[in-house]
Amino acid sequence: MKLRNRLLVLASFLSIITATAHVYAAAATHEFRLNNGMRIIVQEDKRAPTVAHMVWYRIGSIDEVSGTTGVAHVLEHMMFKGTAKLKPGDFSARVAALGGRDNAFTGKDYTAYYQQIEKSRLEEVMALEADRMQNLRMDKAEFAKEIQVVMEERRLRTDDQPLAKVYEALNATAYVAHPYRNPIIGWMDDLQNMTAADAFAWYERWYAPNNATMVVTGDVDAKRVRSLAEKYFGKIPTKTLPKSKPQNEPPQNGIKRVIVKAPAENAYVVLAYKVPTLRDVEKDDEAHALDVLAAVLDGYDNARLPASLVRTERVANSAGASYNGISRGPSLFLLDGVPAEGTTTEELEQRLRAEIARVASDGVSAAELKRVKTQMIASQIYKRDSIFGQAMEIGGMEMAGISSRLRDRIIEKLAAVTPEQVQAVAKKYFSDEQLTVASLVPLPLAAGAAEDRKPAAVPGLRH
Amino acid sequence: MLKKCLIVILLLSAGTAQAALKIEHWTLDNGARVYFVKNQTIPMLDISVEFDAGAKRDPAGKAGTAALTNSMLARGLQASRLPGGETEPAMNEAQISDAFADIAAQRGGGPGTDRAGVALRTLSSPNERDEAVKLTARILAHPSMPEEFLQRDKARTIASLREALTKPESIASKAFWQLAYGSHPYGTETTVVSVESITRSDLLDFHARHYVANRAVIAMIGDITKEEAHTIARQLTSRLPQGKPLAAMPDLAPTRGAEERIAHPASQAHILVGLPALARGDTDFFALTVGNYILGGGGFVSRLTKEVREKRGLAYSAYSYFNPMEQAGPYQAGLQTRKDQASEALKVVRETIAAFLRDGPTEVELKAARDNLIGGFALRIDNNRKILDNIAVIGYYRMPLDYLDTWTANVAKVSVADIRAAFGRKLAMDKLVTVVVAGEN
Repeated sequence: MKLRNRLLVLASFLSIITATAHVYAAAATHEFRLNNGMRIIVQEDKRAPTVAHMVWYRIGSIDEVSGTTGVAHVLEHMMFKGTAKLKPGDFSARVAALGGRDNAFTGKDYTAYYQQIEKSRLEEVMALEADRMQNLRMDKAEFAKEIQVVMEERRLRTDDQPLAKVYEALNATAYVAHPYRNPIIGWMDDLQNMTAADAFAWYERWYAPNNATMVVTGDVDAKRVRSLAEKYFGKIPTKTLPKSKPQNEPPQNGIKRVIVKAPAENAYVVLAYKVPTLRDVEKDDEAHALDVLAAVLDGYDNARLPASLVRTERVANSAGASYNGISRGPSLFLLDGVPAEGTTTEELEQRLRAEIARVASDGVSAAELKRVKTQMIASQIYKRDSIFGQAMEIGGMEMAGISSRLRDRIIEKLAAVTPEQVQAVAKKYFSDEQLTVASLVPLPLAAGAAEDRKPAAVPGLRH
Repeated sequence: MLKKCLIVILLLSAGTAQAALKIEHWTLDNGARVYFVKNQTIPMLDISVEFDAGAKRDPAGKAGTAALTNSMLARGLQASRLPGGETEPAMNEAQISDAFADIAAQRGGGPGTDRAGVALRTLSSPNERDEAVKLTARILAHPSMPEEFLQRDKARTIASLREALTKPESIASKAFWQLAYGSHPYGTETTVVSVESITRSDLLDFHARHYVANRAVIAMIGDITKEEAHTIARQLTSRLPQGKPLAAMPDLAPTRGAEERIAHPASQAHILVGLPALARGDTDFFALTVGNYILGGGGFVSRLTKEVREKRGLAYSAYSYFNPMEQAGPYQAGLQTRKDQASEALKVVRETIAAFLRDGPTEVELKAARDNLIGGFALRIDNNRKILDNIAVIGYYRMPLDYLDTWTANVAKVSVADIRAAFGRKLAMDKLVTVVVAGEN
């Protein structure tokens, strides 16, 4: 039930983020900073009487160290387990009584908590969120149960999911030093050895107003949000935040390969190239060009990869490309696909590489570029339909160090990308030196486990 | 172009939104039913067009026909001549996709068990909108269903079916529906064999029989006038034929308890418990909705989550829900847990449901449920996507037009006694079917 972002999700989320927001940034977005350093970003949108309230901490799996991977996410779970005033479970019960929905999610770069509520309830959820920023109680018995829940979550989302295991192996192979090598949920062994003290130390170290950004979208008045934020968060003392070590990745000097075997029917292959991250919206034109390249390859129904590999040549059941340029750490450009019957992962890998080579040698057409840009611009209008989505965008960008005020500017920069720039990044960044390839070797299930199982003729216990 | 967009939006959003949701409904001469909500806050338009064309209408032995028909709609268009003399050229799959992309229109929708159709999200500016509506109308009426793409799509369908049959969650779900619905079409499983048997003429027959004007249900929300909505509804259905009445669906067989255990190498057992329970239009709907919030629907505060997750740490997710359908759709409770504790977790689920059936909720729980459902009602209709989903359901299942207006009042009326009575009518421990995939060996 905790939403969490993994590489796949993050990657797709990113291509959304970068295609952001022509329409609102200039509209009714307000930013303030409280005296204790907490940042507040409000976007007024009065279409419906509801509000999305989020508090983002700039602390995620990127900040973890060996032996306690997963602690950012475990702490996220424990944030629902009581404060000086609230018993375990009371937080969600209070929000529910207000008609709200609440949850939280942990990513590589952040941990965030949110409530969706009818607009008159904002003050009450803000009070609850401020309470757990400073008064968390770490009960050992509660921790002992909750760490079991997290291990079940890991089994559900990773251990029994072949593709999730492929991505876990991909990251652990592509990065040898940078913490992006570790899964957000943590290695199982680290979870088994984690203690309540580990989680509480994390809380004590990182949970502070000067490490937090509140994002509020919906039917609110920015001035009132500011005064409420001052009332509930304004007196929370600042902490001296330790500086995470950068743990920069050393250069890669040759192709890396990893194979995962798991119960599955279809094989799968993903190619990950190390490429630049967006740090400066004005200067980093290569990041914008990579974004456009991903869209040319996989940005619409008939984009190059689905058109050529899936529909025309039929060497793949699916094929895609994605690029995550908005990130605290390094970025990967991904090409992936499920080979069709009669095609091997090696053959599909060659076809995916050939599509990049085709862009590098022949460039992209003006018509393709126009189509891609049309999608990006229209998506800014479509995305206004969801205040929750808007809050997600704002928070995600801010955590990566890109001001959400630059959403319009990013779209302008994307719209200005030329065919030559797309061709240039296709030439520059897709060499074997920077490549990691992960593939899934499917293990067939034991006979009789599944296919064309006959319905139970006689009710009763079987097996 | 960018700048112009921005200004238009700023002007429009200054006005603002829905105090009450006004659904306008009318029926076209050809029998199509239209449900429209005007919302001018964003210059866009969402449309869904649905038919009695879901998987329950699959021909015997050819499960998968409804889904393939739906997914093949945009694989090619026949050339056609309109009544006015205008001709439309044939289009291939790539041309259709590019045509949508060029105007930034998004095609969605898909096949369900009861309903199937097409959804469209487009900019509401006339040029884009007209082109998007015209393409959608052609896709609904004149798909060419090319043989070569059928072979390709069948191969992809079979590959994904085989993939699903390796996944414990899919195996569990398929087994649950089979066990709960037996030989009723709701229980029919699409198999490799059934997909292999589907031919192009099966798709053309299915399309001709089910994608018909007199059973079209059109839901629309967005920045257009009622008159424009009327014109669009006509455009979407004027090329469609009139359909002959469809055979009545068979009744559901009486529910019998059953249990199935399926071996699997996964680390977690997937457990599903439930039975056919709730049809659209059933008067127990609100009592069951409020009751299930307490039992298994209310996220972190439900009894199932508390017993399974919060008290015992047995699972990440434990839930239950009612899925109302044309005929009784399922009540289903589910969780996933480390395989050596599957029996313990199943016991907790059964005891939690049994206690709820025996004693019903407490007054405190009922108040909490009402507070959440009523206090959170605004969240159910706070964007166009959600409103479209709601009015599509209201339209398809012929629910009262004031369903949303009276929703909170109906929730407020539900008593503890109502919940006990309704659950007593719909659930019984000895009728539950249970599926455990990857449990203890």
